[in-house]
Amino acid sequence: MPQEHRLILKHADQPGYTPDLECYLRHGGYDALKKVLALAPKDLPDGKKMSPQEQVREDVKASGLRGRGGAGFSAGIKWSLVDRRSGKPIYLICNADESEPGTFKDRQIIHKDPHQLIEGMILSCWANDVKLAYLYIRGEMPQGAKLLNKALDEARAKNFLGKNILGSGFDLEIHLHRGAGAYICGEETGLIESLEGKRAYPRIKPPYFPAVLGLYMCPTIVNNVETLCHVKHIVSMGPGEYAKLGTPNNTGTRIVSLSGDVKRPGYFEIEVGKVTIGELINDPAFGGGLRDGRKLKAIIPGGSSSKILKAGETFKLNRKGADGQMTKVEVPLLDLPYDFDSLMGAGTMSGSGAIIVLDDTRDIVEALANLAEFYAHESCGQCTPCREGALWMSKALHRMTHGEGRKADADYLLHIAQNIQGRTICAFGEAAAWPVLSFVKKFKEDFEAKGAADEAKAAAAKH
Amino acid sequence: MTFAVPANLESQLDELVTHYPQKRSASLMLLHALQEHFGYISRDAVEWTARKLGLQPINVYELVTFYPMFRQEPLGKTHIKVCRTLSCALAGSGELRTHFCSKLGLDAHKHAAQTTPDGKFTVEFVECLADCGNAPVVLLNEDLLPKVTPAQADEILTKGKAK
Repeated sequence: MPQEHRLILKHADQPGYTPDLECYLRHGGYDALKKVLALAPKDLPDGKKMSPQEQVREDVKASGLRGRGGAGFSAGIKWSLVDRRSGKPIYLICNADESEPGTFKDRQIIHKDPHQLIEGMILSCWANDVKLAYLYIRGEMPQGAKLLNKALDEARAKNFLGKNILGSGFDLEIHLHRGAGAYICGEETGLIESLEGKRAYPRIKPPYFPAVLGLYMCPTIVNNVETLCHVKHIVSMGPGEYAKLGTPNNTGTRIVSLSGDVKRPGYFEIEVGKVTIGELINDPAFGGGLRDGRKLKAIIPGGSSSKILKAGETFKLNRKGADGQMTKVEVPLLDLPYDFDSLMGAGTMSGSGAIIVLDDTRDIVEALANLAEFYAHESCGQCTPCREGALWMSKALHRMTHGEGRKADADYLLHIAQNIQGRTICAFGEAAAWPVLSFVKKFKEDFEAKGAADEAKAAAAKH
Repeated sequence: MTFAVPANLESQLDELVTHYPQKRSASLMLLHALQEHFGYISRDAVEWTARKLGLQPINVYELVTFYPMFRQEPLGKTHIKVCRTLSCALAGSGELRTHFCSKLGLDAHKHAAQTTPDGKFTVEFVECLADCGNAPVVLLNEDLLPKVTPAQADEILTKGKAK
């Protein structure tokens, strides 16, 4: 029986659990902070000493934690890339700009357990010698911003933040910063520009890798809300115990946001890779299946930017056999384990952990038109292929959904999308292109039939 | 009417500026606070913010035109943001928005924010509000409402008319 494994959301939905500090403290809150502040330097075999901060950084690396924001990059490696020799201050930013369509997991943490996030941030700042950090929350979460500000005040009052935290000599301040409705602020260099008080135009990499030239051209760490919460649990449990959760290379738990055509949409925290996509959609513990009489048409597996998967598809994945040899195994869509690597193997991504389910009553062209409009609206406008291309695609799809399609539109859309991906400063170009490329390639007959039908209608009207 | 920021608000804003090593960083937070107080960002508010932060007005104005949440004209007292993006669309947010618009005599085909002539309501179609499991969702001023039905929509309108 597949089931949830609640680590981050352990207390969040318990009756009587409130977002205030007292409640958090009653549930072991800030114990992980006290634990690291009491750590001693570790003697290494070569006679050198490893600082407590370095120990925690090594623990995060050893835990196998991968970023929960979208890219799934190793959090420990991200931290290890930080330039610690520049002499400049190191900044940490919590990316709480949750806006990938389909995703609503960070909202749960912010609203129900804000101190868990703050403790995760304090630990991460401490481990990386950060003295000033920002919590960048999206503008459309005004209540969340108020809750976080209150939580920050409470933490300051108890000296979990501020000067000489709990007598340790460590100083840290965290400030809340609100966005103002631009999806591109979720891209880390766009977020940094926004935090500097500018338009959120992403920076080109190289040279502007945040780990070296981030906020105010200083080394900067940008981590997602859920990722920072995991740091707290890695500290509490130890990296070994933590890494037992999930599956190899896909450790820990993650919160899956499930929406669209299922009976029970919602958020579910699972051990990464221990639950399949089919179970997430159909099991009574999760999505509870499709509405009666409906059949699965497709799923968008990792936020709206991820490539769509069509019902009935199978994928060839690498699997380690009992003899330790890697072999290719054919895996049907619904049997795909929900983890980073399996979805990559299936040619898509688990992205922000958001699944959108489409049933057989849905018009696939309409669904893509909806997403294309999103990307056209949210392109920051900096790079021509994305600014123009996202709008062209949206306009073509608007035509197609308003009775003016053409049979050639399918190839036209593919042509535009192929000329966006890889030709932009940031990954938004791919995010806009991938839905179009995957929808049109996998459902080409639907797009061509719709265009042909409109052409036939127009021709008939002429005679 | 002359533009004047009350002293207590100004001292709050001065405190916000201290959060950042570079003053310019405070611009979004200042604009939020001014919009909350005045209802929108006027040309005066742009110039005031620029002076406060030692910037050119264009540095602030380009933010107002870039970030969708900033407004250059007053909005209705009841601000209804209906989520447009896929999960909400699948759950009928398009119909919900049409419902609001037709009840208020607004153009259901116009995408951008529209305010009723009496200044009571603004209806806007916005991108994903990050609560897709509760689709369709509406952000009503600062409150996020889950699974909004046409009956609830009518209730929102009744309450808003009485304001």
